[in-house]
Amino acid sequence: MALRPGRRPDAAVASRSSRILGRGAGRSAAIALVSTVVVFTAITLIVVNSPGWPEFKASFLNWDEVKVWFPDIARHFWVNVKLFMVCEAVILVFALGIAILRSLPGPVLFPFRLMAIVYTDLFRGVPTILVVVMLGLGVPSLQLSGVPTSELFWGGVALILVYSAYVAEVYRAGIESVHPSQEAAARSLGLSRLQALRFVIVPQAVRRVIPPLLNDFIGLQKDTALVAIIGPVEAFRQADIAQAADFNFTPYLCAAALFVLITIPLARFTDWLVARDRRRQFAGQG
Amino acid sequence: MSDPALLIEGVRKSFGKAEVLRGIDLAVSEHEVICLIGASGSGKSTLLRCINLIEPVTAGRIVVGGVEVTAPDVDENRIRTSIGIVFQSFNLFPHMTVLANITLGPRKVLGQSRREAEEQGMALLERFGLADRRSEYPDRLSGGQQQRVAIMRALAMQPRLLLLDEVTSALDPELVAAVLDVIRELADEGMTMLIATHEMGFARDIASRVCFLDAGVILEQGPPEQIFSHPREERTRQFLQRIIAAGRM
Repeated sequence: MALRPGRRPDAAVASRSSRILGRGAGRSAAIALVSTVVVFTAITLIVVNSPGWPEFKASFLNWDEVKVWFPDIARHFWVNVKLFMVCEAVILVFALGIAILRSLPGPVLFPFRLMAIVYTDLFRGVPTILVVVMLGLGVPSLQLSGVPTSELFWGGVALILVYSAYVAEVYRAGIESVHPSQEAAARSLGLSRLQALRFVIVPQAVRRVIPPLLNDFIGLQKDTALVAIIGPVEAFRQADIAQAADFNFTPYLCAAALFVLITIPLARFTDWLVARDRRRQFAGQG
Repeated sequence: MSDPALLIEGVRKSFGKAEVLRGIDLAVSEHEVICLIGASGSGKSTLLRCINLIEPVTAGRIVVGGVEVTAPDVDENRIRTSIGIVFQSFNLFPHMTVLANITLGPRKVLGQSRREAEEQGMALLERFGLADRRSEYPDRLSGGQQQRVAIMRALAMQPRLLLLDEVTSALDPELVAAVLDVIRELADEGMTMLIATHEMGFARDIASRVCFLDAGVILEQGPPEQIFSHPREERTRQFLQRIIAAGRM
């Protein structure tokens, strides 16, 4: 367990010393490599020599199962990809609307602020899976004419409602982090409050919150698996079908691998953005 | 004396229990340059912020070019277009280039086309020697350059009245002169200005009238010669002595 926290400072020290000293970087890298090999070998040996290992290997790491089911699961993973791409696009706009609503001043607009507050409190509080079930099963059963009955559609709506509550809070933090003097400067030119928000405050706020916002999207990408519970066949559901057919858990691993595969690039991109912002901040102080 | 460009009558302003302005009366004619001097906390900045409606007054009235800006039903966005204000800390928009900072108001408020606004903005930049910086972002500029851009941003709205709130206080000493030169040029052109400043030499040089603020009232006002050389009030004398002792005059 000490591995993760141990490695990161190591890497940071290595890069710093390479910059400052010009030497010793090779030594640090060698130590990191040896340490990594030792730790991973130890973990592998412990796991492989555990009493249940042969059984575990047969039911979770079965290569034949991978060959049979991976293409099917990958094909259905496309449903997850489409789902989160559409949801993310809608959330970006909808959540910004909520955040702006909540930051409007004045007693006249109080009901709108109240609505925004109730909305964010509610949808951050209710477990996502419950929202998916209630919307996905509830709304189609109303049999309203002109309202989509697709479970996938309502599953998507549920994800949008839940994640917009989080993303709205992220936006709001960004809006509040822009110094009031910026608004004063914009208003002093004669811009209305909405114009000041649109041209001066929101553009600065959005730039600041891109990393935490992408972080929420990483969460959304994996939560697209939750719509499986109301019926649509996506990667997790397909893995579930495969598991039931062969009484083997390897397909779950296939689905997990697919989710990780698309999450990692976004996570690294977010890290890179954070690091870049930090560099800029320090450069600005110079 | 024609209709005053700015008329302030009995203006009071409180923040909670603290009364910062305690009855300000002042009439400013077109082309006059008024310097407000006084200790920090005497109410100079608050007065400027009240004129620009950044802060609502607690009592009294302010009339700019015949329009009462403190009237309850006034269109404050329209009022603000005719009153420019420049802040101590520049407050440029950091996500916009120099030219975009200057053209935002004319385009979004005055409804100018991008081309029209940019032509006018470039004319200002050329006049004040910053044309080559038009595509830079504010954080790449020195404080003095940023403050000159902030002045141009206010000028681009073609205000009838310009308020300057200690515009050189946040600058390194060697950058002050270039900013003061810009203000001097505006004064020569006849821009009506209200300037809160700690630069006494500059005030003496440029002001048509100097007002000494003390504890929220204009304690004494008059031509710079009189205020700086023969102040009538004891408090004014004390203030100027402190300034001289600090080597600021």
